[in-house]
Amino acid sequence: MEGYLVAIGIVVLINVLLALGLTLQYGRTGLINFGHVGFFAIGAYTSALLALQGVPLVISFVAAGAFAAVSAWPVGMVSLRLRDDYFAIVTLGFSETVRIVISSEKWLTNGMQGIPGLPRLYEGIGGGLPAQLAVLVTLALVVIASATMIQRITNSPFGRVIEAIRDNEEAVTALGKNPASFKLRVLAVGAGLAGVAGAFYAHYITFIVPDQFGPIVTFYVWMAIIIGGVGRISGTLVGTAILMLFLEGSRFIRDLIPAIPEVEMASIRLGVIGIALILFVTYRPQGLMGDYTQR
Amino acid sequence: MSLEVRRVTKAFGGFCALDEVSIAVETDALFGIIGPNGAGKSTLFSVLSGFMPADAGEILLDGHSLSRLSPHARARAGMVRTFQVPREFRHLTVRENLMVAAPGQTGEHLASLFLRPGQVRREELRIAQQAEEIIEFLRLTTVAELPSGSLSGGQKKLLELGRALMVAPKMLLLDEPFAGVNPVLTGMIVDRIRELNARGIGFVIIEHELAALTRLVPRLAVMDRGRIIASGPPEKVLKDERVREAYLGAVT
Repeated sequence: MEGYLVAIGIVVLINVLLALGLTLQYGRTGLINFGHVGFFAIGAYTSALLALQGVPLVISFVAAGAFAAVSAWPVGMVSLRLRDDYFAIVTLGFSETVRIVISSEKWLTNGMQGIPGLPRLYEGIGGGLPAQLAVLVTLALVVIASATMIQRITNSPFGRVIEAIRDNEEAVTALGKNPASFKLRVLAVGAGLAGVAGAFYAHYITFIVPDQFGPIVTFYVWMAIIIGGVGRISGTLVGTAILMLFLEGSRFIRDLIPAIPEVEMASIRLGVIGIALILFVTYRPQGLMGDYTQR
Repeated sequence: MSLEVRRVTKAFGGFCALDEVSIAVETDALFGIIGPNGAGKSTLFSVLSGFMPADAGEILLDGHSLSRLSPHARARAGMVRTFQVPREFRHLTVRENLMVAAPGQTGEHLASLFLRPGQVRREELRIAQQAEEIIEFLRLTTVAELPSGSLSGGQKKLLELGRALMVAPKMLLLDEPFAGVNPVLTGMIVDRIRELNARGIGFVIIEHELAALTRLVPRLAVMDRGRIIASGPPEKVLKDERVREAYLGAVT
């Protein structure tokens, strides 16, 4: 049982790390990034491939974040001058492109068969519960550091400009500042966090295939921040925890209603989340913890 | 020291919004542009400030061509515009709105935030001080801590002016600063513009409210259908036959 709780904790925190990036990008800056999973995938594969070459995990994790952040550059360069909705489409296209590339480039990624046998973090301490706990603690520390970093960025002159961009981009331009430059950096920071999340994911699951990096991952993160409250770090935590607990917990609900087969349960689960999302947007658009933009 | 607009042309499809418009304004001048709706006044501002590319023509500030510069670079070069419909950063307070506009802030660089926090803090104090002076100058003290979205239309116009001042402009392009503003506030804005002009900031002002504008500017140009049809001192221009026909004729 402890093992199961720790496992859920790890999954929740990996998703919190993903959601933190989106909180900065959408909650604070207004960037509609529908391709978050692309950076998650880049991080996962970067760390996986490096680790298999014998690179120490500390370095492969840092490389995962760095490479994901750098990959945000070309995406931003081609798309950040576009209007918000087009930006959303381009990022969605980007994440699908990443998935197709890792599915197709067999020489590098082993294609659809994926990469099995990835080393776990803290394998040295013998695996099992202690190692899992160590992973959880490490993740918690990374999440705290990332949240602190985002808070620091938000409360700075940089944070003031990105909020201004969210309110009126043209006015920011008229004051002699280049919104694209700020948005690019926001995109890169969020992508870097997603990359690190990807590395944690790869070395926790130990087996990655392209299908794990479909658009639904992005949209789960979106749902989490909408439920929790857009732009708030507390909302990010609460929303992600609720969503992940529901996704996991609904397995137990199925045990209570044995009439529903597993295949249908997956659809029912998504349906319930969909309904919850509609109810939230209708009756509590500010999310559980309040919408930062509605102050 | 001047802003020179040379034969600037801008067409939308077959419609010529600006037809070889030329203006020369000293950078310490107060210059007005009037004209009926659709005359091309706001388009001229958009082209001058780089928000729309010109099809032809040249824009020079102090002899340097601005034509190839992006809009934010033009603002940094000293030519700052405001908008006809105020574009306040509505979730930010009035004070924060002003502080955003301060140029060249160290705290806008992510690395500096973490590596040079002391310098960022000192700069913030200086910028806050500067914002405070402008807030007092524009009499926005009572609303300084309110989200700017809650201000009245006239206060938003003042805020736009204040924000532009934070950039330390040589030349301000004001798009209808008196539209929808009550007479008392209009008088105040007129006074403030005069005072700023006396300190050496040049103004080009587009306006519909003839009364306020003619009281303020010693020279103005009249636009109609994308062309400048007359320019000179207000009393002379307003007597011009073409102007009466194009502009005043439409009003009375």
